[in-house]
Amino acid sequence: MPMITIEKVSKWYNPQFQVLKNCTTAVEKGEVVVVCGPSGSGKSTLIKTVNALEPVQAGTIMVDGLNVTTMKKDLPKLRSRVGMVFQHFELFPHLKIVENLCLGQTIVLGRSEDAAKAKAMKMLERVGLTAHAQKYPGQLSGGQQQRVAIARALVMDPICMLFDEPTSALDPEMINEVLDVMVELAKEGMTMMVVTHEMGFAKKVANRVIFMDAGEIVEDAQKEDFFGHPRSDRAQQFLSKILSH
Amino acid sequence: MFSNFDYDVIWRSLPYLFQQGMAFTLTLTAIATVFGLILGTLIAMMRLSSSAVLSGFAVSYVNLMRSLPLVLVIFLFYFLMPYVGQWIIRSDQPVQVGAYASTIVTFTLFEAAYFSEIMRAGIQSVPRGQVMAGYAIGLNYREVMRHVVLPQAFRNMLPVIFTQTIVLFQDTSLVYVLSITDFLGAASKVAQRDGRLTEMYLFAALVYFLICFTASFFVKRLQKRISIIR
Amino acid sequence: MRVARVRRVRGRQRVKHWLPLTRLERPSVVRSTLSPQAGRGKKQWPGHCMGFWLGTARGGECVNYNWNWGIFWDQTPDATGTYFGSLMSGLQVTILLALCAWFIAFVMGSLIGIMRTLPARWAVFVGNAYIEMFRNIPLLVQLFIWFFVVPELLPGDLGIWIKQLRNGPFIAAMLGLGFYMSSRVAAQITAGINALPKGQRMAGTAIGLTTWQTYRYILLPLAYRIIFPPLTSEFLNTIKNTAPALTIGVLELTARARSMQEFSFQVFEAFSAAAAIYLVLSAVVTIGMRILEKRLAIPGFNEGK
Ligand SMILES: Nc1ncnc2c1ncn2[C@@H]1O[C@H](COP(=O)(O)OP(=O)(O)O)[C@@H](O)[C@H]1O
Ligand SMILES: [Mg+2]
Repeated sequence: MPMITIEKVSKWYNPQFQVLKNCTTAVEKGEVVVVCGPSGSGKSTLIKTVNALEPVQAGTIMVDGLNVTTMKKDLPKLRSRVGMVFQHFELFPHLKIVENLCLGQTIVLGRSEDAAKAKAMKMLERVGLTAHAQKYPGQLSGGQQQRVAIARALVMDPICMLFDEPTSALDPEMINEVLDVMVELAKEGMTMMVVTHEMGFAKKVANRVIFMDAGEIVEDAQKEDFFGHPRSDRAQQFLSKILSH
Repeated sequence: MFSNFDYDVIWRSLPYLFQQGMAFTLTLTAIATVFGLILGTLIAMMRLSSSAVLSGFAVSYVNLMRSLPLVLVIFLFYFLMPYVGQWIIRSDQPVQVGAYASTIVTFTLFEAAYFSEIMRAGIQSVPRGQVMAGYAIGLNYREVMRHVVLPQAFRNMLPVIFTQTIVLFQDTSLVYVLSITDFLGAASKVAQRDGRLTEMYLFAALVYFLICFTASFFVKRLQKRISIIR
Repeated sequence: MRVARVRRVRGRQRVKHWLPLTRLERPSVVRSTLSPQAGRGKKQWPGHCMGFWLGTARGGECVNYNWNWGIFWDQTPDATGTYFGSLMSGLQVTILLALCAWFIAFVMGSLIGIMRTLPARWAVFVGNAYIEMFRNIPLLVQLFIWFFVVPELLPGDLGIWIKQLRNGPFIAAMLGLGFYMSSRVAAQITAGINALPKGQRMAGTAIGLTTWQTYRYILLPLAYRIIFPPLTSEFLNTIKNTAPALTIGVLELTARARSMQEFSFQVFEAFSAAAAIYLVLSAVVTIGMRILEKRLAIPGFNEGK
């Protein structure tokens, strides 16, 4: 059974505007899937539907065998087990780095302060930011903030991770420090769904690539097939645009 | 120009000005702030609720209050309240409501509209991404509000609430139209009794200035201290 | 409120000076008495004699409120027209006062607001002092100072001349309200200019403009557009803030409603009519400003959504 199943999902922001058109795909356990496509094509919306941050009007989404489209009461519990990393980090600016990492552990998972703190420090060490534990998010660089955001997701012991353009708000010299963490995660066998335009990352660690345009999943192929000979014109054009330099 | 300035009239009337006038001004400010904040929070919650009826009511109330001059509202409530009282306690004649009680109710109801807007703006100033991030780590609505939105909103709105309280403090001078002895009312009564308009009004201006200036100085300091680095 | 037959109680009316606020009377719930007031100088200063005592109620005279929406077409006691006409002339005064005060507020506010963004330290200091002064004294006190105090402080003849002006209350209100609002406008202008990217000022200097030219052709056109919405609400505040002018005898809308209430005893008709007029006025201004904002919008800069 796949970790994430997305079946015939459609979503409208208003009656005239359909953002997602009958999207179907699946992510197997341990698989890394990269989602790409032009801006406004619905990538962020699709990935946010996976943990029901965006509701959908039609179709079903299953995570770890649970239907998230109909789930109500257990939604927070499920979300706590699906790690999510946002384009603009979304660290809580009024909390210190270590407090950012402890909040979910204590409130949602019910861990003790000490256990949460120990776990937080372990993850900070892993992303190389132990020295910054007592700082506030606004005192860190973008790359550091994004690594903290990844750590914030990891302390919850997630069964899969969602990334929404984790590097596109970063200055070029900071992109690699974030991608390195992600590559390492992928190598450890984390199930990952990653919206990104970093084709180097996709070539290196992705198993499959999904290409979206205008709310549709236009292409859903193994990495080699997608980069070797994309079937649709739209995917070809897109690739030639972002790989031209 | 100030050669025939009579400082003594100020000196003589100080006890009256402060013990009576300023005491009422401060009482009115304090009561209207506390109850206005409570009522304002309720209105803001109604406004942000998903019920169309509640939010519709809140929007109309706030817009109505904010479109009317306070002086008009003071008059209107002053005349309205005896009849409202009559209706509430089902009496067969209008209830006596003194000018003091009437202004306290008026200011509370009026300021609640302004406070509710401050609260709403504060809550909405927290970016949507923050709410999403809260949900994404598994918090529920209450927890997102309690741990993510309100702490940030509160930092944003606290200085504004204090600033509005300073505005309210100044606005209380409008109770003059009901001939109430607030600070300005007291000054004005002395001014007319002794024919010392210049001295008394300049003195009143000075006192208001010193209080408001000092208060807003501290609000600015507070704002610097609690603002969040983004 | 039910409608019932009531005996109307007529208070003593001073028809000669039927100006508002000589007395405050709630129909038969609260009776008020006039307290003797010393007039100032030769002239009677209307509206300022407001010392009267409240709360000496004489109950049982009247029971219920008597609605009468036809009252607007009755003649006013001074027989110059209907109550409706009286409210309309109040509206005229309100609008005129708001416009005049806004002119002062806009001009002074712009000057002070710009000063606060200049590199010179003294300019910033003067600007800040100006704002603090006008912002930290209640509007009503400022009105009293313009009306009662300033003429006293002017050299003899000028002061007397001013006191005898027929439009004295209006002029004092215009100055008081104008300068009061100018401090708020100034704060907005400063905020607008400071909100512009730093590069804009440098770009102006870089193409060889003087400081004045940079402001005139680059910073101000952008800043005014940014602060258009807050300026609109300051203008609405100016309209609302004309009401306190009734205390120095300006016969604006609220004063007219007050005097209508005083003479007709139709409290709620009078004040709800005034309230409705204020609502319509602010709706009209809001819509008008929105249209103007669209007209002035620069594509891609502040088009809105
Ligand atoms: N809350 C919203 N309301 C209305 N339209 C939205 C909303 N969020 C996104 N959209 C629109 O949906 C489309 C897809 O958005 P998004 O999923 O963010 O695209 P992508 O991430 O691929 O750039 C865009 O056209 C965007 O303008
Ligand atoms: Mg996106």
